[in-house]
Amino acid sequence: MIPTILFYLFAAVLVASAATVVSARNPVHSVLFLILAFFNAAALFLIAGAEFLAMILVIVYVGAVAVLFLFVVMMLDVNFAELRGGFQRYLPVGGLVGIVLFVELLSVIGGWKLAPQSGQLRFAPIKSGISNTEALGQLLYTDYVFLFQAAGLVLLVAMIGAIVLTLRDRKTSRHQNIRQQTERAVGDTLEMVTMSLNTGTHDKGFYRPKPVQAPAEEHADDGHGGHGHGH
Amino acid sequence: MMTVGLEHYLVVSAILLVLGIFGIFLNRKNVIVILMAIELILLSVNLNFVAFSAALGDLAGQVMAMLVLTVAAAEAAIGLAIVVIYFRNRGSIQVEDVNLMKG
Repeated sequence: MIPTILFYLFAAVLVASAATVVSARNPVHSVLFLILAFFNAAALFLIAGAEFLAMILVIVYVGAVAVLFLFVVMMLDVNFAELRGGFQRYLPVGGLVGIVLFVELLSVIGGWKLAPQSGQLRFAPIKSGISNTEALGQLLYTDYVFLFQAAGLVLLVAMIGAIVLTLRDRKTSRHQNIRQQTERAVGDTLEMVTMSLNTGTHDKGFYRPKPVQAPAEEHADDGHGGHGHGH
Repeated sequence: MMTVGLEHYLVVSAILLVLGIFGIFLNRKNVIVILMAIELILLSVNLNFVAFSAALGDLAGQVMAMLVLTVAAAEAAIGLAIVVIYFRNRGSIQVEDVNLMKG
């Protein structure tokens, strides 16, 4: 009895928050209601007995995906009021498609029934006596190991793709040039000078630190353009 | 096996799917909300998988649900990366402006 009541409660909140996701005026509110929807879906998973998936849903969706959405929504400086235009225009056709689809789905749900031999056709019957997590682990690392690896590959491709897409090379960024560094020879930077007695470094012209040039002189040099250091 | 009937789950899942598709129609201009609607659709798929898994006593459905979860996360990451670089290049995320590939 109590699970049924809880089911209806969570299902109602799930549907309401999903409706708010698609109709909220502010995308930040959409993301927050998406998080609420994920939490309620996790509760529905729990009621169905899929504890591991419920926890994964909270961790992956709420912890990663929804935060990613929140990050992007807040990072992009988009005029969301402008994007709201045409809301009323798309409402009738969207509503029509939605109602048609829902009626079709309801007719399917009302008309189907399980095949009598479906009990014998199970791929991986749920064992009694072990927890859901343990059973999933035993299944995932044996029968479905290739699926597991494929999921890992999908994530790898997504990670590399996202990095490659968003990585940008700024003109002003200063990267380490390894080749330049390793090819540096002593002769390029170090000069051995034999100083005679009673001469100062001023006379040889390598006085350090370099004397600051007068601004007027620098201005005259502008025409050459060769050694301008960014005015 | 299940404390709540399978049909209840299926109806909730159907409502979620319809809401997701409705959201795609409704927010034709805002690609971020479209991505969120796609997440809702994938969530409804997951709900179906889990409900059938529990009703039939078959754990394979939960394995498939994990795969769907993975694909959904990857899709969100790639989609949002595309949104970010698109915004960086064009200064807007209007879906109607996306005509670089003349599709």
